[in-house]
Amino acid sequence: MYVAVKGGETAIAHSLELLADKRRGERSVPELSLEQIDQQLSLAVDRVMTEGSCYDRSLAALAIKQARGDLIEAIFLLRAYRTTLPRFGNSLPIDTSTMVVERRISATFKDIPGGQVLGPTFDYTHRLLDFSLAAASERPPAPTGEVDDMQALPRVGDILERGGLLEPPPQGGTSEDLTRQPLTLPAARPLRLQNLARGDEGFLLALGYSTQRGYGNNHPFVGEIRYGHVAVSFVPEELGFAIEIADIEITECDMVNQFAGSHDVPPQFTRGYGLAFGHAERKAIAMALVDRALRAQELSETVSSPAQDEEFVLAHSDNVEASGFVQHLKLPHYVDFQSELVTVRALREEVEERNRRAAEGGAALDQAAE
Amino acid sequence: MKPILSVRGLTKSFGRRVACRDVAFELWPGEVLGIVGESGSGKTTLLNCLAGRLTPDAGSVDYDSAAYGPIDVHGLSEARRRFLSRTEWGFVNQDARDGLRMGVSAGANIGERLMAVGARHYGEIRHTASEWLGRVEIEQDRLDDRPTTYSGGMRQRLQIARNLVSNPRLVFMDEPTGGLDVSVQARILDLLRSLVQTLHLSAVLVTHDLGVARLLTHRLMVMQGGRVVEDGLTDQVLDDPQHAYTQMLVASILPV
Amino acid sequence: MPDSNSQAGAYNYAYLDEQTKRMIRRAILKAVAVPGYQVPFGGREMPLPYGWGTGGIQVTAAIIGRDDTLKVIDQGADDTTNAVSIRHFFAKVADVATTTSTEQATIIQTRHRVPETPLREGQIIVFQVPIPEPLRMLEPRETETRTLHALAEYGVMQVSLYESIARHGRIAKTYNYPVMVNGRYIMSPSPIPKFDNPKLDRSPALQLYGAGREKRIYAVPPYTPVKSLDFDDHPFEVERWDECCALCGSRESFLDEVIVDDAGQRMFVCSDTDWCERRR
Repeated sequence: MYVAVKGGETAIAHSLELLADKRRGERSVPELSLEQIDQQLSLAVDRVMTEGSCYDRSLAALAIKQARGDLIEAIFLLRAYRTTLPRFGNSLPIDTSTMVVERRISATFKDIPGGQVLGPTFDYTHRLLDFSLAAASERPPAPTGEVDDMQALPRVGDILERGGLLEPPPQGGTSEDLTRQPLTLPAARPLRLQNLARGDEGFLLALGYSTQRGYGNNHPFVGEIRYGHVAVSFVPEELGFAIEIADIEITECDMVNQFAGSHDVPPQFTRGYGLAFGHAERKAIAMALVDRALRAQELSETVSSPAQDEEFVLAHSDNVEASGFVQHLKLPHYVDFQSELVTVRALREEVEERNRRAAEGGAALDQAAE
Repeated sequence: MKPILSVRGLTKSFGRRVACRDVAFELWPGEVLGIVGESGSGKTTLLNCLAGRLTPDAGSVDYDSAAYGPIDVHGLSEARRRFLSRTEWGFVNQDARDGLRMGVSAGANIGERLMAVGARHYGEIRHTASEWLGRVEIEQDRLDDRPTTYSGGMRQRLQIARNLVSNPRLVFMDEPTGGLDVSVQARILDLLRSLVQTLHLSAVLVTHDLGVARLLTHRLMVMQGGRVVEDGLTDQVLDDPQHAYTQMLVASILPV
Repeated sequence: MPDSNSQAGAYNYAYLDEQTKRMIRRAILKAVAVPGYQVPFGGREMPLPYGWGTGGIQVTAAIIGRDDTLKVIDQGADDTTNAVSIRHFFAKVADVATTTSTEQATIIQTRHRVPETPLREGQIIVFQVPIPEPLRMLEPRETETRTLHALAEYGVMQVSLYESIARHGRIAKTYNYPVMVNGRYIMSPSPIPKFDNPKLDRSPALQLYGAGREKRIYAVPPYTPVKSLDFDDHPFEVERWDECCALCGSRESFLDEVIVDDAGQRMFVCSDTDWCERRR
């Protein structure tokens, strides 16, 4: 006798226990601490903060631990937490020209004022698995030189702009915020940049890559990448003047792209911009490529490729939305499927019936002919 | 009798390039006006301004509509202009793909204008669509096929049917036979000529082909560099061109 | 970082802060004022993933109060995992009574079904909506569909129904069947089977539709005409089964097909578990 399936509640409870168990893994293996994740998987923490739209290293580390290393799941956790946080207001825009730089390079010039500061990066490593990392080791800290807090490294972009060779950066900010209002199209550039900053690194990487391969090429050069600390300032109502409330690590990419101009308008290079929390050059560069691609219409270029299609890019860049909808296919859909079954069966019967009658008609004709 | 279309001082530029300048004319009901000139002469820009697809920088286009009375095409709301485009106007594009839904059947393509204004009887819509296929000389058993399976000439006929099903009063045509085989062209031109006559259509036809102009149009405007340099009855303009440019155009038709 | 013990007291009633609830209520009011029109709203990330009902949850969270009684169903059943999960969520954050009885509920949040028991005045049914735009599969661009709705240019929808008849001999749309609301807006009733569409027409209850990922809310106020699109000579029809429910014998309800053995033997049972139990 068929008994309707019950016990969903119990099944869910067991599933959650199993998950917690898997998360912990073998009890003989030491449990991960948030500090370990923050320190030794810091690039994962950086990504979760960027796409989670929330700068807090220990929260991001907790999310990563809870998500068992699934970064998109961790980003979701952080975003959901962020939803509940009270908002005091908007900070002043960060001024990256005052950044205390750990790494700063430019591909457009061999040397620049302040020099090419290589900093910590995978770029000069050989990708050979280092088996010495399999065991813990004592590593003395790397020797560092004096850091000149007051040395502001001039931006390559400013230098080019002063010569009239590079368009000035866009003026004016926006009060629109995608975490408060739905995206409306067409979107102004500040809103696009917010969308891209929160956007999935893999998605932007693929789109940026596609532009380089000809799907809307915009002749990119890395004008400057800088990574380091900047202060975040805020003007509380009660004080009426700015105070520094935090120090954050960011990566910024200024892209110098295809020049625009004409017979009468002297050509200038155009800009693309990328920004991420922590050390995330791949993300910043990809974001700059896509930012520039999305400016195609504004710069009177032919819009022909996916990276230049604003609606396509902005609607699909959010991996929390994407992951939810893609994975929701696992939810029961049997009622809708039942509707389809009923219809498909009926249509099949109709086709078979028609074919049967056609065959009978043919047979009857044959009979009549004999 | 009032003109169906009155155009004054129509001017449109793109940046520094003036595409058409100071164009003025009247179109009378039942009349087919041709606009000829080389590519770059501004004729397509002019056509798009007349049809409300482009906004001119100066000048006016007045249309005597059945739905709203005399109206200024560019003063009309977008909603009304879109409504006119689906009912009283037709627009035949050079490339039929621009004027068809390639992903749905011929029947759906023809029936769309009817459905857009409330037709809700499938059998009747299908019947009307089928009749129109016949009128444009496409086999009626192709009714459920998609335009992707049609030849270029058939697609163009389908585009014509899709436009004419709503009994439009004014049809704009942009090189309707451009890009088609010579023999296919001839048959479509014949079709267009008989439809225009039987349905008493008014039309504005853009073409670089003087043979097409002679066959289809009553009056002709010759454009060069954005300006109308000559106009008059088609036969007169082609047989006795006055302007040097027109003379050059006429002379350069290869004798067959 | 908040300490690990502060979970329970850390959230506002029904999880959302009051500002957000106000914003959602304003959207709901706009939606009720223009039946069938999709109102954009600033949807938030919720603790359940997009696609799992965040839109429905936000709508319910904005309207629920301590004297409400909440029923949550998915595929018509109260105990599918998603329904259980959402019901628990509200029991926890809204301190509200829950029920499996359609008659006793004041708010019913649902995914993919309308209860068989007719709804009455004073009840609110909240639908979870994946794709709020009924024209989306015909026209992927939001900028264009917005214009089509504004100008009531719905030819493209009728064309798709024509095409279905030309291809299959009938309108082959089975769920998420498009409707015309109050004679003005075409609306997606969410992926309910077309079997349920007639229940929406002039229902005494208030219908609210929430799409969290797409950030749209729409509504059908009580007693509003909701007409399923069709042709005069191909009128709208609901699904029918030859069988009846193997558990309660019902011939009037939507039936789920259950495969009972390897040979593909099937039996049919009511999708609406509350309805089925009442009859037994």
